[in-house]
Amino acid sequence: MSILVYTESENGSFKKIAHEAVSYAKGIADMMGTSVTALAVNANDTSELGKFGASKVLEVSNDKLNNFNAEAYADVIAQAAKQEDAQVVVLTSSANSKFMAPLVAVNLEAGYVPNVTELPSSSSPFTVKHSVFTNKAFSNTEINTNVKIVGLGKNAFGIKENETSATTEAFSPTLSEDDFSTEVVSVDKATDKVTIADAEIVVSAGRGLKGPENWGMIEELAETLGAATACSKPVSDMGWRPHSEHVGQTGKPVASNLYIAIGISGAIQHLAGINASKTKVVINNDPEAPFFKAADYGIVGDAFEVVPQLVEKLKEFKAQNN
Amino acid sequence: MKILVCISHVPDTTSKINFTDGDTKFDTNGVQFVINPNDEFGLTRAMWFKEKQGASVHVVNVGGPETEPTLRKALAIGADEAIRVNTPATDGYSVAKQLANVVKEGGYDLVIGGRESIDYNGGMVPGMVAKMLDANFVNTCINLEVEGDSATAIREIDGGKETIKTKLPLVVGGQKGLVEESDLRIPNMRGIMQARSKPLHVKEPVDANAETNTNSFEKPAPKGDVKLVDSVDELVNLLHNEAKVI
Ligand SMILES: Cc1cc2nc3c(=O)[nH]c(=O)nc-3n(C[C@H](O)[C@H](O)[C@H](O)COP(=O)(O)OP(=O)(O)OC[C@H]3O[C@@H](n4cnc5c(N)ncnc54)[C@H](O)[C@@H]3O)c2cc1C
Ligand SMILES: Nc1ncnc2c1ncn2[C@@H]1O[C@H](COP(=O)(O)O)[C@@H](O)[C@H]1O
Repeated sequence: MSILVYTESENGSFKKIAHEAVSYAKGIADMMGTSVTALAVNANDTSELGKFGASKVLEVSNDKLNNFNAEAYADVIAQAAKQEDAQVVVLTSSANSKFMAPLVAVNLEAGYVPNVTELPSSSSPFTVKHSVFTNKAFSNTEINTNVKIVGLGKNAFGIKENETSATTEAFSPTLSEDDFSTEVVSVDKATDKVTIADAEIVVSAGRGLKGPENWGMIEELAETLGAATACSKPVSDMGWRPHSEHVGQTGKPVASNLYIAIGISGAIQHLAGINASKTKVVINNDPEAPFFKAADYGIVGDAFEVVPQLVEKLKEFKAQNN
Repeated sequence: MKILVCISHVPDTTSKINFTDGDTKFDTNGVQFVINPNDEFGLTRAMWFKEKQGASVHVVNVGGPETEPTLRKALAIGADEAIRVNTPATDGYSVAKQLANVVKEGGYDLVIGGRESIDYNGGMVPGMVAKMLDANFVNTCINLEVEGDSATAIREIDGGKETIKTKLPLVVGGQKGLVEESDLRIPNMRGIMQARSKPLHVKEPVDANAETNTNSFEKPAPKGDVKLVDSVDELVNLLHNEAKVI
């Protein structure tokens, strides 16, 4: 018996969500009186996983798995879960994790619940709280199958240290040609930009900016904060910004620590997608803009004045605090 | 090519979310239901395959009679036939099981679903259908081309995109990008009239047990009032000392 957690890495290094997922798996293991086995694929150094509560690390090293492939990765996870007799499999909310979770679920005949926001409220029956209606509500859902799969919501649990001595073991899954019947032929990814999925801070702007030529100050603000840039739906529909930046109910969800909304009115569909962010700041020249009701901090003012001032101030602040 | 588009029947994005029966049921009072936005992009892409490549397009929903207006709307947009599997959609797994059966019996080559339904945000039905049928699967699909039995798909990944080559039978989880917002079609009078006489088959369900069940719903705790500040100095100070996010 164990809790199996898949730890996502990129170019050999673990992503932060891998640390969060192990922390969360440890929380479940403690509730259920068992231990955490982490599964790592082509990671350079797995010693750090013990710090967050893994007692055992299964290390897969296989060149065929250098590129993510949902079918193959799902198969690897299912094989590991069977070997370890896992009661619970912990996945995350990364695009890759969400891609393969349903495949793992069918393979293991396991019930799957995504977007889980906290530790199970009970381990028997196994009941988890997860967000539904794009963060407008939560559901308390019971999983009835022997094996359970939970997809931890973005930034929902946090990283918790829990020093455990971890043993490592090589794991060699059996892969067949069928695992590679979808083939990734090219990847197009900006490596120098923070992604909305990984970002702790997201700077987002809307139609209040008047035109794409005014995004320079938004990018500068994002760069100063080490943040990702995002936008409202009409901004991407008009082609001012790429679709990948569209956030909201029909775009990407944002669950960052800080979300700064500039010249965005705060329509219900926009708010739904960004509600899970912890601290929200709004800069808008209309004191009646609905976004202020959903915000923690606000400045009523003209973005073209406030944003450059904010950039200056933050640069000063960073110079003092570094 | 035979295409099946999976249509989830969801509350319109402006809906107020409330619950009844001791917070165990979604309150549909005054709620307008629509085609799930992700599915509408997929349906519109399917119309392109129909018009350019002679594909036939069927739509399917697993749900009660109340979902039929949504299926009629899909017919008015241009689908040839609709199927409703007559059973409530209780969880992702049981819905996938019904859909897998429809796909198998209908011999579809391409199944287009959405990345997720905007109501329960499961993001699991298309992937489960693919796995149940041993079909190929591409999620968060933002572009799709099919030639013979070969498909080229572009998938959105965190921070970029990747191009995938695969073969039919294929299931995709689609989203905006499959077609653009401006390509979406509002049914016209002729479409609506035609839809009335197009077949809408009601199919009885196969056995499928739910793997999960909802005990109760809750709404987020109400938020405190916004703190309005006059200067960026004050804002930076609060973000650092109070919110501790910078
Ligand atoms: C089915 C459906 C799905 C949708 N999904 C989404 C979604 O996922 N995400 C999304 O964002 N939207 C979505 N929308 C659109 C949504 O309803 C709003 O139309 C949209 O969010 C508005 O974008 P905006 O705030 O940028 O523009 P506007 O509503 O035009 O607001 C601009 C704001 O900028 C302010 N402003 C103007 N000038 C300045 C200035 N100089 N300085 C400071 N502030 C200024 C104005 O006061 C105003 O509040 C959806 C709509 C539908 C129908
Ligand atoms: N009841 C249903 N009937 C038909 N298709 C559905 C149903 N539920 C979900 N789907 C399809 O599966 C996709 C993802 O749904 P979900 O897994 O519920 O988020 C939707 O966008 C639909 O294409």
